Amino acid sequence: MRLIQKISHWFDERLQLSTPIRETMAHPVPRQTASWAYVFGSAALTVFGLQVVTGILLALLYVPSAGEAWNSLQVLNHQIALGWFIRALHGWGSNFMVAIVLIHMAQVFLFGAYKFPRELTWIVGVLLLLMTLGMAFTGQVLRFDQDAYWGLGIGASISSRIPVLGPWIVNLLLGGPIIAGATLSRFFALHVFVVPGSLIAFVGLHLLLVLKLGINEWPMPGRIVRRATYLQEYHELTRKDGIPFVPGAVTKDLFFSGFILLSIAVCAVYFGPFGPSGQPDPTIIQTVPRPDYFFLWLYAVLSLLPPSMETPALLIGPVIALAVLLALPFVSGEGEKSWKRRPIAVLTILLAAVALGTLTHLAGNAPWSPVMDAWSAEPIPAQYLKSRTALERQGALVFQAKQCHNCHALGGVGGQRGPELDRIAVELARDQLIRQVIQGGGNMPAYGKNLSPAETTALVAFLETVYPAGQAPARDPSRSVEFRSSQ
Amino acid sequence: MTPSDDLSRRRMLVKLGLFFNGAVGVILAVPIVRYLLSPVIRERNGGYESWLALGPVEQFPAGQTRLATYRHPAANPSDGETANIPCWVRNVDGQMFQVFAINCAHLGCPIRWFPQSGLFMCPCHGGVYYEDGSRASGPPERGLFEYRYKVEAGKLLIQAGEMPTVGAPTARLINIPLGRPPCA
Repeated sequence: MRLIQKISHWFDERLQLSTPIRETMAHPVPRQTASWAYVFGSAALTVFGLQVVTGILLALLYVPSAGEAWNSLQVLNHQIALGWFIRALHGWGSNFMVAIVLIHMAQVFLFGAYKFPRELTWIVGVLLLLMTLGMAFTGQVLRFDQDAYWGLGIGASISSRIPVLGPWIVNLLLGGPIIAGATLSRFFALHVFVVPGSLIAFVGLHLLLVLKLGINEWPMPGRIVRRATYLQEYHELTRKDGIPFVPGAVTKDLFFSGFILLSIAVCAVYFGPFGPSGQPDPTIIQTVPRPDYFFLWLYAVLSLLPPSMETPALLIGPVIALAVLLALPFVSGEGEKSWKRRPIAVLTILLAAVALGTLTHLAGNAPWSPVMDAWSAEPIPAQYLKSRTALERQGALVFQAKQCHNCHALGGVGGQRGPELDRIAVELARDQLIRQVIQGGGNMPAYGKNLSPAETTALVAFLETVYPAGQAPARDPSRSVEFRSSQ
Repeated sequence: MTPSDDLSRRRMLVKLGLFFNGAVGVILAVPIVRYLLSPVIRERNGGYESWLALGPVEQFPAGQTRLATYRHPAANPSDGETANIPCWVRNVDGQMFQVFAINCAHLGCPIRWFPQSGLFMCPCHGGVYYEDGSRASGPPERGLFEYRYKVEAGKLLIQAGEMPTVGAPTARLINIPLGRPPCA
């Protein structure tokens, strides 16, 4: 025991760190901040630590070469003892990290913690969010599979739309004319050196600011932040009703961080590592690229925006969002902190959560994408084929053979790109059906060139029989006019 | 020498030292920036715009659209299979060809050809194109990207260049009028 004391004394004589460390640990924090609402920042830090450790472990075997990366992931998954587990920890760690950082941000926003004097803490936090998302995207690229390959193509296509500089930025992003070895190498450098380096520096700055300025007190309705008096009030609060950070407030942080690490481990064991999906061979075009879950909302936005709004929204949207986040502490640096008196703040969080959730959910089944194999893989429901004439069944064949099923569902199966057709005969009469098939329109291609008159006749004859029981099929409006006028 | 003289001399020397380091920094920055910009400075890798053979013309029967692949001319050995680029070759009438890039004009996903319905469909956001590459429906704002081609000694050649993107005029694929081959 005495030896340990001696050794630590020897080090402290030289480093002189024990006093500042002890003071930092014991610094008083407002009693009410020892709360489960204040655990997300430390949890994010813990997960970041896990990512650094598992990332280094993966780098021991990963080969950052376009020709070898995919194979080295297979080796990790299947040939190295517990390689799959380290990959799963790193993958699930990244999902948890994005989620926790977002929750931390929402909590900080709702508790008004970005107000004076913690503006810079918020701004650094916004930059940390960007870096976290940057790590998520570059990490997805390092899992160099089909999704990564075509995801890079999407990234390049978006960047190319930047006025004037677009083509240059594409070349810089890809490291050459195409997605290839240089692309993976530069994303490796970003993911392993550049972004983590800045993350570590900015996390340090973020923590320093938290220590210097003190943790945000629990907001009380009616306790107004004023620049002139806040610092004194906060000082008073910690003096009168403060507890030392260690051991007072840190307990919940410790338990929550441990719980999150355990959750990541459980997910890793239960669900296993992410991919890799197919080989990054662009000549394999039978692929349906999908982004990882934290970018699914963006995938949905890109599908649902009207084409003319897409480029402006892609280029200006992020700039506006970033500007709003950075300007927030300057626009509302004083005033009420409690969410109970900030209905717009609460609504903003709710709106953001509902929007992100809805878009992510939509992207999960991607109704805007044609189901590329529905025409050959999904049958036409039997009720549309029973007791039908030869012509109508021929039309059902045309429906399958011409890939109509890829975009139109029948009986709940098939694509959702176009409208479901289970009521089509109720909605369109024969002439309207012919016109729609031949000329297209309303986002449907025109099939005039690719259907013979016989095929069109058969297809329309089939579609005229597709309506729910108990509903009458549409009649030609001109005929009913004629019918009325003759009466 | 008075103390204040000494001080101003020291300050002067510090400034000089800073200036010296700044100057060296600039001298170092020039090659570093040049190195970083090498993907966009093109004279070194101009070779990738050379003509590449997709195969004998007989591989592409008249009236059909078929997938062809080529090895990108700027490929390194370490690029592996990523440098094998596919494209769609349409033999319009035995005389004229159209060679489409694999990338959807929306966000670059791989389009697939469906000969039965005569359409190219994109699996990502639902872009659809007609057999001549013109836009049929969905989010793309333009038709498919086309490569320049020529037929020489019974072989179909294309000028591949870069991965085409909407904003990249350097892809040299965009300003070609449809159906009028520049070199045939």
